[in-house]
Amino acid sequence: MIATGNHAVAYGVKAARAEVIAAYPITPQTQIIEKLSEFIEKGEMRAKFLRVESEHSAMAACIGASACGARAFTATSSQGLLYMSEMVFWAGLGSFPVVMAVVTRALAPPWSIWNEHTDMLTQRDAGWIAIMCESVQEAYDSSIQAFRIAEDRMVRQPVMFGLDAFSLSHTSERLELIGQEEAEAFLPAPEGGWKVIDFQDPTTYGNMAGPERMMEIRHSIMERVKDSARVIEEAASEFSRISGRGQAGLVEEYRTSGAEVILVVVGASSGDAKDAADALRDEGIRAGVARLRVLRPFPAEKIRAAVQGCRAVAVVDRDYSLGSGGIIGQEVASAIGAKPFNYIAGIGGRDLSVADFSGIAKDAISRAEAGEEGREIWWGIKG
Amino acid sequence: MVVLPVSRGREGAGGLTGMWRIKRPVVDSSKCTKCHLCWLFCPEGVVRRGSKGEVWIVYEFCKGCGICAEVCAAHAIKMVREV
Amino acid sequence: MVGHQGITETFTLKSLTDEEYLLPGNAACPGCAAVMAMRIGLKALGPRTVLIVPACCMSVAQGHYPKTPSKVPVFNTAFAASAATASGIRAALEMKGITDVYVVCWAGDGGTADIGIQSLSGAAERGDDLIYICYDNEAYMNTGTQRSSSTSEGARTTTTITGKAERKKDVPGIMMAHRIPYVATACASYPLDFANKLRRAVSIKGTRYIHLLSPCPPGWRYPSEKTVEVGRLAVETGAWILYEWTGGRCRLTGPSSGLADRSRRRPLEEYLRIQGRFSEADPSKIEAMKKRIDEEWEMILELCKG
Repeated sequence: MIATGNHAVAYGVKAARAEVIAAYPITPQTQIIEKLSEFIEKGEMRAKFLRVESEHSAMAACIGASACGARAFTATSSQGLLYMSEMVFWAGLGSFPVVMAVVTRALAPPWSIWNEHTDMLTQRDAGWIAIMCESVQEAYDSSIQAFRIAEDRMVRQPVMFGLDAFSLSHTSERLELIGQEEAEAFLPAPEGGWKVIDFQDPTTYGNMAGPERMMEIRHSIMERVKDSARVIEEAASEFSRISGRGQAGLVEEYRTSGAEVILVVVGASSGDAKDAADALRDEGIRAGVARLRVLRPFPAEKIRAAVQGCRAVAVVDRDYSLGSGGIIGQEVASAIGAKPFNYIAGIGGRDLSVADFSGIAKDAISRAEAGEEGREIWWGIKG
Repeated sequence: MVVLPVSRGREGAGGLTGMWRIKRPVVDSSKCTKCHLCWLFCPEGVVRRGSKGEVWIVYEFCKGCGICAEVCAAHAIKMVREV
Repeated sequence: MVGHQGITETFTLKSLTDEEYLLPGNAACPGCAAVMAMRIGLKALGPRTVLIVPACCMSVAQGHYPKTPSKVPVFNTAFAASAATASGIRAALEMKGITDVYVVCWAGDGGTADIGIQSLSGAAERGDDLIYICYDNEAYMNTGTQRSSSTSEGARTTTTITGKAERKKDVPGIMMAHRIPYVATACASYPLDFANKLRRAVSIKGTRYIHLLSPCPPGWRYPSEKTVEVGRLAVETGAWILYEWTGGRCRLTGPSSGLADRSRRRPLEEYLRIQGRFSEADPSKIEAMKKRIDEEWEMILELCKG
């Protein structure tokens, strides 16, 4: 079939048999929740859809549902994600395996509905596993894998997966669905092993913890989010087996072998970066691409291995940490032990084309040849 | 290891709250009419009622608020300063 | 008995269970009306109840992890989120086929009248099947008595040191405007009236709202043993009206049913003077407060005419 990224997510959540969906509309996420609402109203999907009055309430309802052992899903974007933020942390710090799609969009003011990753990255410290999708197919595949990762008994942490606004959310591509039987084998009905509201074993969840108890609770989350790397790779490899489609796992390497320059990229524009690498190779420049599919847990070792031996590392950030640089750039610097050339590009939906990636790669090589230290560069900024 | 902030019901979740007490309620069973208003209004649930309608107080957790003595129409409960 | 068939008996002092669902040794202040009411409320509701508690005095009163005074499931949630969390819990229980459970929010006046009113309004508009109890101690008490929109006019708080200028927000009125099936007021000093309102609430499906006046010794500045008397004076002076509103019909309950005629009410000063928080209220302020109370009565009596 042909579908948009948003509809792919809805098909994935349907295949995953989410039981409670609570959501509030925001451009460009609306198609996801419209489609899910339609599935439920037509009787094609058995779930409760709570049409809540805010994103804060959407996540609160998902947390409540998850506390009862139900599979819960929401989707949001930009301002909605920030408004939800208190409950995003509540889900992460409370270890509720909620799944959320984030259609990444710039933050206001000034108003913008266009693509940027800053919104999702603001939530990187919330105890969520974070995935960024490259294609419509990967959005579908990730939406099913997300529940399996979240509900793994050694993980039991929430998972968010990102889709670039419009360039993925509203772009139609070929989409292959998996059969319902395969979906159920890959992701069995929730056994609710994470249920905390239980009338057979009544407990109080989340009352005051003193300084003598809090660190252990947080340390447990840190360990589980880190250890989820293995679960993410297992889920990807098993999904690959049942679907017959390759899955990226944590980091996708593209022509990195023997590369002199490697573009480190995230999300939907990765395809353009790969096209740029092909074009550069044709010109005799040995370029490669390392795409971060997973941002939390941060795959430091994988990225270190991917860029090893290359002369110039060019990290392209479609986001910013104002006063410090690009967010992925900082993460990569910490992983490889050196500051890369950190290009801030494509902010607020600014076009990020094959030509831009080629230009970035060449710029990084010339800076490396000139012996420049790694630094932050706002790519294509005007006057 | 999965460490979750799950608490289980038990007495003394706020500590040995009987230690907070400045005055202790003392029941004079000869005056008690077994109306059980003290049992009804005790915020802490430390007034107990027995099968014959008698009442007694669990001092381990009684905070000494004095409500039982106030609501007792028969003046059968006196607040006595702790020493 | 549980489920929407409700509780059949009328609660009396004798029929209330001796089972304690809120165990002794919790961390509430001595003389706290909120735990007094919660203890009675849980006796009325029974063990198939889940409490959703946002940030409020009750989050402190639960004591420290890994202990809790509660023998029913309690779910702590964020300040603004109790009703929405409860909606999610109800939706999940429905999906799991569990229908014999009461989903009950237990929130303070700040978490209800101020920061939580959006999610409460959302749940009420959707008609989600939950009971929302606001225990109203008329200020942000666990942060040290700051003014809320539910603080009584004239009351001194740490952010209104000369007394609150504005009138108290009428949250039960707001809830009636949502046309939910059950809205009632209650007061911790009338535990059986409260228990029986819960009995009626559980017999109805949909969003049900009870606004419970909950005197607070440190915040209202009176000695802890006076909690019951202060609450009784609130009702007997007419400052707090006990009523229930079901399907558009309103009726006065408890002592309030005999106080429609204002000459039968005790003077407001008796309620004000027993507390330190009204010490700044001069005679002209007290007259203004009396006028507001008359207006409240007129409105409720109008609803009672049905």
